[in-house]
Amino acid sequence: MPNPKECRFAETHEWLSIDEDVVTLGLTKYAVNELTDITYIEMKEPKSTVLPGESVGEVESVKTTSDVYSPIGGELLEVNDAVVADPSLLNSDPYGAGWLVRIRTTDPSPLDALMDRETYEIKYPE
Amino acid sequence: MLRTPFYQFHIDQGAKMVEFAGWEMPMLYESIIQEHKQVRNSGGVFDVSHMGRLRFDGPQARQFLDMVCTRQILGMSEGQVRYSLICDEIGNCLDDVLVYRLSDNDYLMVCNASNRLKIMEHFQILREDLDFQLRDETSTTGMLAIQGPKVMEMIAPFAPEVTELKRYRFLQKDVLGANILISRTGYTGEDGVEVIMPAELAAGALGLLVGDLEAENVPVKPVGLGARDTLRLEAGMALYGHEIHDKIDPISAGLSFAVKINKGDEDEAGNFIGQKVIREIAANGPTQKLVGLVLQGKRTPRQDMKVLCDGAAVGVVTSGCSSPTLEKPIAMAYVKAEHAEIGTSLQIDLGKTTAEAEVVKLPFYKAG
Repeated sequence: MPNPKECRFAETHEWLSIDEDVVTLGLTKYAVNELTDITYIEMKEPKSTVLPGESVGEVESVKTTSDVYSPIGGELLEVNDAVVADPSLLNSDPYGAGWLVRIRTTDPSPLDALMDRETYEIKYPE
Repeated sequence: MLRTPFYQFHIDQGAKMVEFAGWEMPMLYESIIQEHKQVRNSGGVFDVSHMGRLRFDGPQARQFLDMVCTRQILGMSEGQVRYSLICDEIGNCLDDVLVYRLSDNDYLMVCNASNRLKIMEHFQILREDLDFQLRDETSTTGMLAIQGPKVMEMIAPFAPEVTELKRYRFLQKDVLGANILISRTGYTGEDGVEVIMPAELAAGALGLLVGDLEAENVPVKPVGLGARDTLRLEAGMALYGHEIHDKIDPISAGLSFAVKINKGDEDEAGNFIGQKVIREIAANGPTQKLVGLVLQGKRTPRQDMKVLCDGAAVGVVTSGCSSPTLEKPIAMAYVKAEHAEIGTSLQIDLGKTTAEAEVVKLPFYKAG
C-alpha cells in the first residue's frame, strides 16, 4: 500500500510510488472525482513495454473515457486484476486497492520532474 | 452562473456541482450508479428548476400554442399535460416541451434549460399582435421531479388525491397560501410526480420531503443530473442536444406520437409551423431512424461515435452509457432506415477498437 505522502504526481493525474526499481501507478482522487463512477478498466498486457509519456491503458466512467499515462518507461510487470474485475475499487480507494499497474523501470529520473503531494493538492484540491 | 432555489441544499449535501446550460447544478451527490439504482429500486428527488417555465395567459394563447406546437392544444382539458415539439419552417426541432392547460385561457410550458432564451425569442417574433401575455416564470419558481416505485405510496398519506392522478394529468394545491402544481409526469421511466412551486417556498419543501437523510431506509434521496441522463436513456427517452436537435425532424426522431400530422384539417386548431414539410417526410418515410443498440463487451458508446455495417458508416450514436440496470452498454443512434430493423447486427466505432451491436426495441427498460 503506497503512502500518498511519498508519491509523485503527474499533471495528467497519475500518482506513482517507487520501491527500488518497481513503480506502482494509479489515478489520483481528484481525477477519479472528475471522472465519476468508473465502469471499465483496460490496461496493457503484462510484459509489454512502456515508453515514457505513453498510455498504459484506458479508464471508462459513466461520463467519459480517459487514457492513463505513465511518465516513466520500463516493463509492465503486473496489472491489478482486482480493480479490472471491480472498477468501483478505483472510486472507493484510489491510493490503495484501486492501484492500476506496476512497472519495472531502468530510469526513474522522470519522477524527479513530477509534483510532490502538497504541490499537487494545492493545484488540484479534492 | 444561475442558481436554483435548491442551491444551498446541494452544497449542504456535498454535491459535485457542474455548469449546465448556464446553471450551477448537481452532477451527483455520491455516485451516479448508486443514485440511478436508488430511483429504480425506491425513489429519488431531482432539482429540475433549471428547466424553463413559460406562462401563456390570454384569449389567444391557445391559438398561438397551436401555431408553434406540433401537438394539438385545442381540446386539451384543464389539468391535462401534453408533450410536444416546437419546430421551425422546415420541420426541424427547436425544442421539446410539456404544455399544461391551467385554466380556460391560461397555459404553462416547460422547456429545456438550454433552449429557453432561444424559444422565448422565437415566440416573441411570431406572436405579433395576438392577445395574450407571455411571462418567463423560471426564476420565480422552483421545480422538483420525484421519481421511483415507492414515491406514490410515500405521497399518499398527505396528498391522497395525487395518487388518483392519471399519467400526464396534474392538480393544483394551496399550501400555506402558495399555489403548488403537481403532475404525474417524469423523465426516468418510473412512476412519480413533478412539482412546481414558488421559489420562496422551494427550499423548505425539499427539506420536508427528504426528511432526515441520515435515517435508515430513506425512501427518496437526492439524485443528480448524471443519473437523470442514464435513467432517461434506459427508458428510451430523447434528450435535446442528443436525439433531438435543430437538424432533425420529429418523424426521423421517432416522435410521431408527438405530432398531430393533420392538425387543422378537421377543426379550428389551425396549422403548426413546419407541418407541410413534416407531412411530406411522414408520407415518404424518413431516410434515417432512431434506434436502440445493445453492445457486446464492456466498452461504453459515446455521442458522435460512428455506427458501421461491414465497415461502412451507416449512422451515428446520439447517447450511450453502461446501463446500470441491464449491466450492458447501450446506445441510441440514428441509422439509415434500411439498417433500423430490430435484430440487425451493426458495429460501433469506439476509436481504438469496434464493438458488435444489435438493434433492439426501445425502451431498454420498462418499469414493473
